[in-house]
Order: sequence, then C-alpha cells, then structure tokens
Amino acid sequence: MFGFLSSITSFVVFFVVSIAIAGEHFVPITSYRTGPYGVSGAPAADGYVDYLKMINARDGGVGGVKLAWEECETAYKPDRFVECYERLKNKGEAGATVFQPLGTGLTYSVIDRVAADKVPLITMGYGRTDASDGSVFPWVFPLMANYWSISTAKIKFIGEQEGGMDKLKGLKIANVYHDSAYGKETLPVLLKQSEKYGFELKGFPVAHPGLDQKATWLNVRRYKPDYVILRGWGVMNQTAIKEAARARIPANKLVGVIWSCSELDTVPAGKAAKGYNCSSLINPGSNYKVFDDILKYVHDAGEGTGDREEVGHQQNYKMGVLMGIMTVASIEKATEKYGNKPMSGEQVRWGIENLDFTEAKLKEMGIEGLIPAFKVSCSNHEGNAPVKFQRWNGEAFEPASDWISTDQSIVRPMIEASAAGYAKEKGITPRCN
Amino acid sequence: MFYREAGQFKTSYKKDQAILPIFQDKIAMVAMLLFCFIVIPLFANDYWLASILVPFLALSLAALGLNVLTGYAGQISLGTAAFMAVGAFASFNLQVRVPEIPFLVAFLWGGLCAAGVGILFGLPSLRIKGFYLAVATLAAQFFIEWLFTHFDWFTNYSTSGVITAPPMTLLGLAIDNPLSKYFLVLSIVVICAFFVRNLARSEIGRAWMAVRDMDIAAEAIGINLMKTKLLAFGVSSFLCGLAGALWAYVVLGTVEPQAFDIARSFEILFMVVIGGLGSVSGAFLGAGFMILLPILLNNLGSLITGGTISTETIAHIEYMVFGAFIIFFLIVEPNGLARLWQLGKEKLRLWPFPY
Repeated sequence: MFGFLSSITSFVVFFVVSIAIAGEHFVPITSYRTGPYGVSGAPAADGYVDYLKMINARDGGVGGVKLAWEECETAYKPDRFVECYERLKNKGEAGATVFQPLGTGLTYSVIDRVAADKVPLITMGYGRTDASDGSVFPWVFPLMANYWSISTAKIKFIGEQEGGMDKLKGLKIANVYHDSAYGKETLPVLLKQSEKYGFELKGFPVAHPGLDQKATWLNVRRYKPDYVILRGWGVMNQTAIKEAARARIPANKLVGVIWSCSELDTVPAGKAAKGYNCSSLINPGSNYKVFDDILKYVHDAGEGTGDREEVGHQQNYKMGVLMGIMTVASIEKATEKYGNKPMSGEQVRWGIENLDFTEAKLKEMGIEGLIPAFKVSCSNHEGNAPVKFQRWNGEAFEPASDWISTDQSIVRPMIEASAAGYAKEKGITPRCN
Repeated sequence: MFYREAGQFKTSYKKDQAILPIFQDKIAMVAMLLFCFIVIPLFANDYWLASILVPFLALSLAALGLNVLTGYAGQISLGTAAFMAVGAFASFNLQVRVPEIPFLVAFLWGGLCAAGVGILFGLPSLRIKGFYLAVATLAAQFFIEWLFTHFDWFTNYSTSGVITAPPMTLLGLAIDNPLSKYFLVLSIVVICAFFVRNLARSEIGRAWMAVRDMDIAAEAIGINLMKTKLLAFGVSSFLCGLAGALWAYVVLGTVEPQAFDIARSFEILFMVVIGGLGSVSGAFLGAGFMILLPILLNNLGSLITGGTISTETIAHIEYMVFGAFIIFFLIVEPNGLARLWQLGKEKLRLWPFPY
C-alpha cells in the first residue's frame, strides 16, 4: 500500500517539478558523487558546473541567453542514469541541449534512446568507440580521441620510450584492465597492434571495484612484462599502482589510460607512483586563462562548487571543465546558425558536428595549449585530436611527451567495419554522402 | 461497513475455491486492472512510463519469481540476478542465432533456460537448508556472472561485452516507445501474477508450503521432496529469467553482465522480505518500496532544497531515510507490507465494530 501511496504523491510532485525553466539553454548534468566511483566523479562534476557558472557570470550566458542546469545523481549505475536521463531530457524551454554521461556503461544504455529522443550525447574520451563513425551514429560524439585512437598513441609512446617503433618487436606488454565494458573496449585494437608491431600481449582482468588485486599482480609479475598498460577506474587505480610497486614493476614502466590519470590515483599510492606515466587529453599545469576566470568570477564571488584548491590542479576537475567547454562551444556554434534563443538538442547536435577548434578559437576561449586543435565533421565524430602523455614527479604531473598523433590507419577501418555491423543489425542507412 | 461480505453465500465448492472469493475483491481487482491498462497510459508521461513504471514492473516480476522460491517453498536464494542474466542472455543468443524468431518466443526460451539452470543450482537444496543453501546459491551468482563476462560466445564476440538489445516487433507493431513497452511488460507481468496466484493455491502450491513449514512432516505425508523443491526452483527461475529478459530488452536496452550483479540479487531479496514472504501482492509492494521510494526521495530532495544543496548530500540523505524506512517497517511489521495491507483489510471489514 505504501508503494502505491508514494507513487501517487510523487505523481503530484512531478507535475510541480516539470514546470519548465523559461528562456535559458538547459544543460542536464548527470553526475556521480557517491558510490565506489564518486571520488572520481565529484571533481569532474565540480569542474563542469564551475565552468557553466563562469560563462554565466563572465559572458552572461551564450549568445545573451543564460545557461541553466540541473544535476542528477546516478551513482554510476545504468538504471539510475536512465532514470536521470528520462527526468532531464524534456526540461527547459527547448529541451535538454546535450548529455555527457561520463561512463562507458552509462553511454551504452542510452545510445538507442538519444536517437529516438533527438538529444545529442558527447562522450569525450570514453563510450562506444565505433560511434566515431557519424554516418551511422548521428547523435553520439566521442570527441577529441576515442579509446582506440588513444591506444594507438599509447603504443607510439612506448615505442618512443624504447627509441623507435621497430624496438617494439619482442617486447612483452601486460594489459591490466577493469573487467567491464569500459575495460574491454581496447582489447581488439591492442591485439591488432601487437600483430602489426610484433610485441607480445597478455590481458589481466581485475574484477569490479578492484580493491583486491594481489593475485592479479602476482600473475603480472610472473609474466615479467616490459610495460604494463593500466586501464582502471576509481579506486582500482591507486591499488594497482601500489601493487605494481610491491610486484617490483618500476612505475616508469606503467602506462595508464586517460581514466587512470589523476592525482586521485597517484597521491594515495605515495612514493610508489613516482615516475608513473599516463595518457591525457589535456596538457598538465594550471596556467591557463580559463582557470583564472573560474577563480575570478566563480570562486572569488563565493559561488565555487567544490574546493578552491582543485581548480586547475586536479585532473578530473580539468576534464569536467573540458566537458563544460565542449557543451558551451557546441551551444555557441548552434546559436550562430539558429539565432540567440534557447537551443534544442537537435540544434546543438548540428553545433557539435560543426565544431572547429582552431588555434584562434582555443586562444579566444582561454584554453590555448590546454588542448590541441581539432575539427569534427559529419562522418568523423571524433576529430582525431593528438594525445599528451604526462608523468607524475611525486608532487605534480609534468609532460612526458609532445602531442602524439593517433594512428587512424589502424583505427578508422576497424571503426567503419564495426559501425557497418551495427547499421546492418539496426537497419540504419548511413548518411553523410 | 466498507467491506462487508455479509450476504455473500458460497453455495458450491467452485465458488468457495474461486481465486477472489469476496465480491468486493473482484471489483477491486477489475478496477485496478482497468486503472493500469487505461488510466495510467492516458495520464502518465514518458518519464513515468519509461523510467519508473516499466523498471518497477520488471523487477516486480523478478520479486514474484523469488517469492515462489523463498516465500512459498521456503528455499533461500541469493542467485536471483544470475537467473535473470541467464534469461536475458539466452533470449539474446536465440535471437542472434535465429533472427526470424519472434521476441516473445525468445523471452520464453530465456525463461526456460533460466529454469534449467535454476533446477541445476537447486540440486544442493535436496541436502542442505537455510543459510547453507543461501551460500550455495551464491555460487550460481558468481559463476554465471563470470561465465558471461569471460566467454565471448555469449556476447556474440562484442568488443566491450555490452550488446544492444535487438529491436522488438509484435504483430507488425514496433515496440520502441515507452507506451508500447509499458503495455508489453504490464501484460506479461499480469499473466505471470495470475499464474503464480493459481499455482500457489493448487496442489503444487500446497506442497511447497508444506515443505516450507516442515520438510520432514511433508515427506511423511507423502510429498516428494525432490520434485517439489526442484519444481519451485524451476518456476522461480523461469519467472526470474523472464524478468531478466524484460530488464535487458525493455528497461536498459542493453544486455550486459554488470546489470545482473550481486547487488541486484540482494535488492530483489529485500523486496521479497519487505513486501511480504509468500504473497503475490507482497512482490509488487516490495518492488514499489525498493524502486519508487529512492526516486521519490531523490526528487523530493531536489524539489524541497531547490538546488541549494549539492546532489551528493541529497543522495546521502536518500540512503539514510531509505535505510530508516526499512528498519521502521521491519520493526512495525516483520511479515512485510503485504501483511500490513491484509490487516488493514480485516479492519475495514469489521469497521465500525471492534470485532
């Protein structure tokens, strides 16, 4: 009986809640600040919200129209995420502009829904890799670089460390991955590269959430790898770095993926993390105008979402700011075409597809040097941005490489083959020609 | 007063054994079905249908399945999510290998496969009971999750292990919007609920209850323990498998092992315990409690505070209030929400007289 009563009361509640916010671009924010991945999710959400606050305070919104947003807690669970998605997708005057789930499993659960609801999805540096083929996935944008592209850059980085790609032959590389959709996403591309360059590859899955990895690292040690790729998320990363030290694998032989690349992973691992390498979509360091603006317009006004210390210093926070940058740039592009009024998801989709981050644009947004230039197109929803590698010096991340370009000669044919399979299965006619 | 059955005479055995012997109950049941099939689709919006009612119904079905096993037959199981996973993966695989199969047949196949696996993992119940059996069914949970994660054949060699569910069409109609999904799930759940209700008051159901109350006595009066227990495992897993297929195809739209982890098993067990062991309505009340209440609390939280406090705090308050509710209900009525409902009904029958 209680369940029934509660459903009636909540029915009433929802009618009240769904009164639209008028005259604003509505940005739905699905974040996770609780659960095993909350530690990683909270700073990212802070960065995202801080950036939107800064744009409202500094520029008065986008195209004279203010940004409005609502945060919904997903706890990194697909079912709660779907509920948040459904809750937020029709809010605001013109509906939701763009969703950024910040989770691969979460992305998969709405890929079919976004096409039906006409809401775009930005999955920057994660999500379904073959969605980079925009002719089959018009509504999904794995911006900058997808998992497979980053993986090719990583092998190039290892080659660089060894003194040439021909030195990769005969190397033993261990791939320690989170045993989930996210962790397994790079397996095919690594296999392909091991065939191409002749290195030996062995996978070591770690069960969610990855607090106990003793057995895994014992096996890694027995394998005697030359390099270890660490593909973890949340608490798994710091545990892995500590266990690697215990297994006497030097930290400079560890190469983390972009989601194993934050201070949250290296600081708790202590001395074991010194020399640890990992890939990133952004340059280390905090001397960028965008962070100064956030401090000036948001934190100095007492409006900061999280701690002042994390601004520009915390990797996940910076990724959150980058999420905000992508959202705002897409809305801005859309207003150029459709006029200065609240943008709908469909209009913002056009904006994302026509994003062009030139050097001049990056300078104008105050992020020159923070990210490389890249351009999105109808068929290429990724943009093929090069990847940066950074090294933990015990106190902060510093650059370990230049911007390393990704190897599209490996990735693109795989993406097109995979997307063609999806198109066939779902009966989608590829567009863009 | 409101609910008096005076004057309703049962003049034949058939009437006495009717599924709803009281006239008012029949009206209430018809009214509820009309409400579910007509009023809700007319008034509910997509958010309600897609993200609250459909998940609620799918998990109610899983809770119903577990209730058969735990509530009626008295066998504790912690492998519910695993049986759901079997249902989801079996349906998916049948559709992938034989594309022309209608999805309803695939769902049935999923249920049957889950029943087979359930019977297999039910075998230890012939020798062990109680907590020991619970631990044995835990093995099913871990083994099946591991199996689907590590053998790519089940996921049709998908790179990430997450597969998008194939599209569903019924009699030429595509089931792709929230309303049609709601009707699909509701119809399946209603049919299964009547099936369980009928089963429970048949010879089989009585045998289950005899085994639950005292298995040695049941054996002494001639009940075949092996048959009874394994049948309970089979029926329970069939319903769970069906619920798993619905959860994957209709609710999430993806088939992945992570959606059926141990936390899901516990969630469904809690639904059964809070809703009420050994009753059909208990499964629905429990599922309503476990699914609707957190979402309601979360929405209320953001409504009352109007975005002034962080979603983190709201989420934590949600956990605390929800936990407090669970403790409260278990103290006030250890037999579950269904028992509360039953007590309320008895009170209404007598009112305004004390007895």
